[in-house]
Amino acid sequence: MILQVDGLDVVLGESHVLHGVSFEVRQGGVTALLGRNGAGKTTTLRALLALVPATGSVRLAGQEVSGELTYEIVRRGVGYVPEDREVFAGLTVQENLRLAERPGGPHHYDRVFELFPRLRERLRQRAGTLSGGEQQMLALARALLNDNRLLLVDEPSQGLAPHLVAQLTEVLQRAADLVTVLLVEQNLTMVRRLAHDAVVLDQGRVVWTGPAGELLSDPDTTRQLLGVGAGARPGGGA
Amino acid sequence: MSTFILMTITGLGLAALYFLVASGLSLIFGLMHVLNFAHAAFLTLGGYTAWLVADTTGNLLLGMVVGVVAAAALGAVTESGLLRRLHGDHVPQVLLTVGLLLAFTALVRAVFGSDARPMPVPGWMNEVTPVAGALVPNSRFVLIGAAAAVYLALALFLARTRYGLIVRAGVENRAMVTALGIDVRRAFTLVFALGAGAAALAGSLVALLQNAVSPEQGMNLLIFAFIVVIIGGLGSFHGSALAALLVGLVQQYTNFYALVGMGDLVVVLLLAGILLTRPQGLLGRRLA
Repeated sequence: MILQVDGLDVVLGESHVLHGVSFEVRQGGVTALLGRNGAGKTTTLRALLALVPATGSVRLAGQEVSGELTYEIVRRGVGYVPEDREVFAGLTVQENLRLAERPGGPHHYDRVFELFPRLRERLRQRAGTLSGGEQQMLALARALLNDNRLLLVDEPSQGLAPHLVAQLTEVLQRAADLVTVLLVEQNLTMVRRLAHDAVVLDQGRVVWTGPAGELLSDPDTTRQLLGVGAGARPGGGA
Repeated sequence: MSTFILMTITGLGLAALYFLVASGLSLIFGLMHVLNFAHAAFLTLGGYTAWLVADTTGNLLLGMVVGVVAAAALGAVTESGLLRRLHGDHVPQVLLTVGLLLAFTALVRAVFGSDARPMPVPGWMNEVTPVAGALVPNSRFVLIGAAAAVYLALALFLARTRYGLIVRAGVENRAMVTALGIDVRRAFTLVFALGAGAAALAGSLVALLQNAVSPEQGMNLLIFAFIVVIIGGLGSFHGSALAALLVGLVQQYTNFYALVGMGDLVVVLLLAGILLTRPQGLLGRRLA
């Protein structure tokens, strides 16, 4: 297992967001983290990276990382593509990529420009002036620039046109050949194409784990757990 | 015309002082979200160190350099030893920096007394140079030259170095910088030290301008530096430079052409006008 999460608890202000979340992610491919609005999917990703205070155990490739600082966890080989991209708007594309270079390298610019040739054309452009799709490419490129063991990808299709979602799916498929992906995603068509496993959260608790195909091929279970039909979008993250 | 030139260069000198103090304050707030009242203590430290070394050795430049280095070192220790423990707790941070300022000012009073001490200023600084008919005191050129050099050095640091890149990104989104695997705490310490060093330089220049050092010099300048930071845009280095120019010139022109003392009021009105029409400041980013 590349990731083992056990008893993850997150309290933000007066809100108890995650209640003892436990799941595992096996090495290789894509595992989808699903759930309705406010289920705690985004908070789970942020807790894995210590971006929000959490208790519980997080093991990365067998090594306990809970209690470590965000940058220490990331340097163990975790890439993060946040919800809303969070590219640095005032920096150029080139500067965004340079910033993502981890000490010691290697830095796979060839890979990044092969996957996203448009970024090479826009190296000197400020990231804040890129389109939504290009910003998403940049956010993914930052994560794929380094050698990672695990990519945490949060709602990458959010706000993108259908043809861009199709391109993005291709890119994530290729990325999954290189690195294990834990994917939070609303677009179940994309999940069906990419994910081999799924974890479903509801109100901060894990309510279902198993093969993604099994979940998505059963409309009743999908409707019960995600609140939608198997081809639809269950809602944004919290 | 010669009076206007004199007032303009004097205003630019004032702007230079504001910029030296405000640039560090702005970067510290932008990156660390800390309102650093202790900044005035570094200013006072710079002034007193320059005075002490110049008085002892007769070498003013050495005194200024020692003051900048001492303040930068103390700034690094303050950030890494004290402020870091309060990361994210804004009220305790403000209380800490206010406490440091009060304690340092009291310490200076206890050691050197409350009275101003005469600064050994080189004779050429009190002489004048004619510029288009205006007789401009040389000290004004020193102020402007020092601020221009610091502006250039900091601008190059921000634009060309990896730490500069980290600082610029950190001002935008600190959490995301750490999520890229960067230990942003080192940038905090560096920015705090750079800001303290620039404030110390301002402290020694104020002492040169006023021919004296006194325990309250830092506090007097701090309030206008905060106004410059807000007008320029919190976290915007170039905004601080622009706002310092605006505040320095407006203050000087008003004091001369309207009424002495009126300049402070006009600056406060300028601040109010900026906050009403452009709350993010001249070059600041609008918060979501």
